[in-house]
Amino acid sequence: MISFEKSKAVAQSQYLTKTVAENMMRPYSREYDEKEGEIPWDYIEFMHAALKGMGSANLTAKEEKPDEQKEKKPRQAYVVMAHQMEMLSWGDAGFYLCTPRGGLGSAAVEAAGTPEQKEKFLKILDGDKPIFTAMAITEADAGSDNSAIKARAVLDEETNEWILNGEKIFVTAGHKAMVDTEGYTVVWATLDPEAGRAGIRSFVVPANTPGVKVTKKEIKLGIRSSDTVTIVMDDVRLPYDHILGSPVIERSTTGFKGAMQTFNVTRPLIAASALGIGRAALEETRRILEENGVELRMGLPRNKMTNLEREIVDMERMLRSCWLLTLKAIWMSDQRMPNAKESSMSKFYAGDAVTKITQKAVEILGPLGYSREYLLEKWMRDGKINDIYEGTGQINRLVAARALLGYRGKDLR
Amino acid sequence: MYSFEPSDEQQMLIDVARRFAENNLRPAAHEAEEHRGFDPGLIEKGWELGVLQASVPDEYGGFGERSALTSILAAEELAWGDLAGALAIMAPSLFVTPILVAGSEEQKSQYLPPVLEAEWQPYTAALTEYRYDFDPNDLKTTAVLDGEHYVLTGEKCAVPFADKTEAMIVYASLDGVTQGFIVPAGLEGVEIGEKDKYMGLNALPLFTVNFNQVKVPLENRLGGGEGHDFAPLLASFQLTMAALAVGMARASLEYAKDYAKERWVLGSYIAQKQSIAFMLAEMAAEIEATRLLAWQAAWQLDNGDEEYPTTAYLAYMGAVDMVMTVTDRGVQTLGGHGYIREHPVELWYRNARAISALTGLAIV
Repeated sequence: MISFEKSKAVAQSQYLTKTVAENMMRPYSREYDEKEGEIPWDYIEFMHAALKGMGSANLTAKEEKPDEQKEKKPRQAYVVMAHQMEMLSWGDAGFYLCTPRGGLGSAAVEAAGTPEQKEKFLKILDGDKPIFTAMAITEADAGSDNSAIKARAVLDEETNEWILNGEKIFVTAGHKAMVDTEGYTVVWATLDPEAGRAGIRSFVVPANTPGVKVTKKEIKLGIRSSDTVTIVMDDVRLPYDHILGSPVIERSTTGFKGAMQTFNVTRPLIAASALGIGRAALEETRRILEENGVELRMGLPRNKMTNLEREIVDMERMLRSCWLLTLKAIWMSDQRMPNAKESSMSKFYAGDAVTKITQKAVEILGPLGYSREYLLEKWMRDGKINDIYEGTGQINRLVAARALLGYRGKDLR
Repeated sequence: MYSFEPSDEQQMLIDVARRFAENNLRPAAHEAEEHRGFDPGLIEKGWELGVLQASVPDEYGGFGERSALTSILAAEELAWGDLAGALAIMAPSLFVTPILVAGSEEQKSQYLPPVLEAEWQPYTAALTEYRYDFDPNDLKTTAVLDGEHYVLTGEKCAVPFADKTEAMIVYASLDGVTQGFIVPAGLEGVEIGEKDKYMGLNALPLFTVNFNQVKVPLENRLGGGEGHDFAPLLASFQLTMAALAVGMARASLEYAKDYAKERWVLGSYIAQKQSIAFMLAEMAAEIEATRLLAWQAAWQLDNGDEEYPTTAYLAYMGAVDMVMTVTDRGVQTLGGHGYIREHPVELWYRNARAISALTGLAIV
C-alpha cells in the first residue's frame, strides 16, 4: 500500500538530529569553514556519546533480532539514516562528514561483510572513544573507472596474509580514520590486474597497520571541516579475514558487483545529504526575502507570478520531488529490492538539484548571497561535492542508462 | 511507514488499465487524431473498466470508495495509451468527482446514480477560460445571486462533449471565490459554440460555451446553500493532470528507448551513445520524480494532510515542465522520424502542452 506516512522512528530521529543541527552545527559552521582542516572535536565527542546511547552501530544485527513482532515490520534502517543525513547536512555538510561511527567504511562492511566481519568491524565503533571509518577507491588514474585500479593485493600463502601495495587519493575522513582515531579504511585493490573488474576486492585496513601512511591533506572548494587525504600502502600485511566478499576470482564479475552493491545504498544517502543542503539554502533564501518585505505567494499560474516567485516555486518543486525519488531508492534498499537504476537516478538528480538550488539562492540575493556574512555562499560550495563524490553525475547517468536500457558495461561506456 | 508499492487491489486496477491502454487506446490513437473522433465502442469499453465506478460508494451507484491515489494510478496508465482517449473515457468524472467530493447529500443521491448505473454518457465540466491569464482561483465567469437564482455570465473553453452533454459543472466566481454550479442541458442562455481547434487533442470534441445570464436554481450550487471549498477540487484537477502528464511522458520515453536500441548510426545503436543514453536516463528520473510528487499530493488529499494544496500545485507545475521536456526529447531521439506523424512521438509532444494550457480537462 503506497504511503507517505512518516514512521515514529523517522520522526524521532529527525527531531533529535534537528536539535543537533541547530545547536552543535549551525553556530560553528562559518568558523570551521574559515579555519579549514581543524577538527570539530566538540561535535564529534557529542555525536559519539549520543549515537552510542542510541544503540549498536551494527544495523543488521539490530534488525535481525529473532523477535517475531520485529520481523513482521518492514525494515526501515536506511530510510531512517537518509532522514538523519538530510537533517545533519541541513545543519552543516562538513560537520556531518565528521560524524563518528558511521561513514563509508562501515557502510561497506555493512553491505558486503559476513556476519563475523560485521561483528568484528562494526562492534569496535561502539567503544568509549569516537572511531572513524573511510573508503578508499580513487587513484590518480582511476576514478569512476574502478576496473583500472592499480592497488594490488597478493595472498602470502605461507602466512595466509594479504599484502597490499598502492596509493589512494581523495579519501574522505581518511585522516580521522587512520591518524586521529583508531579506525579503519576499506581499500579497493585488485587480486589480478589481468582480470579487470572480476579481480577487484575490498579490504579492511586498520589504523596503525605497519606500512600505511597518510601523505597529503587536500584543500577544497567546500566541506572544509572534513578532511580529504592521500593514503599510501607499502607492503601492508592484513589477516586473511580482512577481505570483504569471496577471495576466489571467477570469470564472472560477481565479486565486483558485490562491491558495487554498496553504491546502491550510499548513492541515495548522498542524494539525501545534497537535499539537506538544498533545503537549508531554500529556507534561508525565503527568510531573507521575507525579512526584506518580499511577499512570496504560492499557487498562482506562471504568468501571474513575479520572477522571484517562479524561481522559488521551481526550487521548491525540484527539492521535494527529488527528495521523494531519493526516499524511494533508499526504501528499496531497505526492502532488499534491486535498485541500481533508482539509486543512480536519485544521485544524479540530487546532484543537479543542490547545485542549481544553491546557485540560485546566491544569485537571487545578489551581494547578500555572495557575502560570507551569510551561509548561502558556503552551501553553494558545499553542495557541489554531492554532484561529484560517490560517482559524478555523469557516471551515475551512465549507470542509470544501462539499467534503463538493459545494457551491460560493454554495451554502453 | 513509507511504502512505494501499490496494494494488490491497486495493482489489479493498474494492470487492467494498462492492458486496455495497450490493446485498445494506443492502436486507435493515430486514426482518432487524424479523423477527429473516436469510435463510440472504444469509449464504452473504457468506461466498462470501472475506474470511476470503483471510486464511488454503493449508495450512489458505484462499488468502492474514492481514493485520489488509486484513481491517478489508473489515469496514468490510460494516458500512456492515448491522452485524448483517456480524457474521453474519464469525461463523466468531471461531473461525478466534484459532486462526490463537494456536493450535498441531495446532490449526490440525485445526480450520481444515473451517471454511474448506465453506460458511458457525455457528462462534463467547464473550468478553463480562453484568456492568457487564466487562473482557476480568479475566474472571469461570474455567478451573481439574484433572488431565487444564481445568474451565470461568461465564456468557457475546452469543455469536452459540451454539444451532447446531459449536465455539466460550471465553475464561476461568486464574490471572488470559485464555486461550482450544476447546470443541466437545455437551460436558457447556454450557447454551445463551434468545436475548439487546438494544436493537439483533435480526437476529443472540445467546445467553447457561452453563458448569457443563465439562471441556475439555488439548490444547484455545488455543496448546497453554503457552497463548498474549491481547494480539494483544484488540487484534484492538478494532480490528475500531473498523472496524465506522467503517463504520456512515460509513453514517449519507452518509445524513444525502443527506437534508440534499434537505430544504427556510425557503428553503434544510438542508445549506446552517451548523448542519447544520458537524455533517456534524465527523462526517466524526471518522470519518476514528478510521479512521486503527484502520488504524495493524492495521498495527502486522501488522508486529510493539510499540505495537500501546495503539494498538488508543485506536482502540477513540475509536470507541466517535465512533460514538455520529456516529449520533446522523445521527438529528438527519433530525429527526422520523430517529426513524421506516422510515429506517435509528435502527437505526444503536441498533446503535452495541453497539460499547462487546459487545466480543467480532467479530475479524478
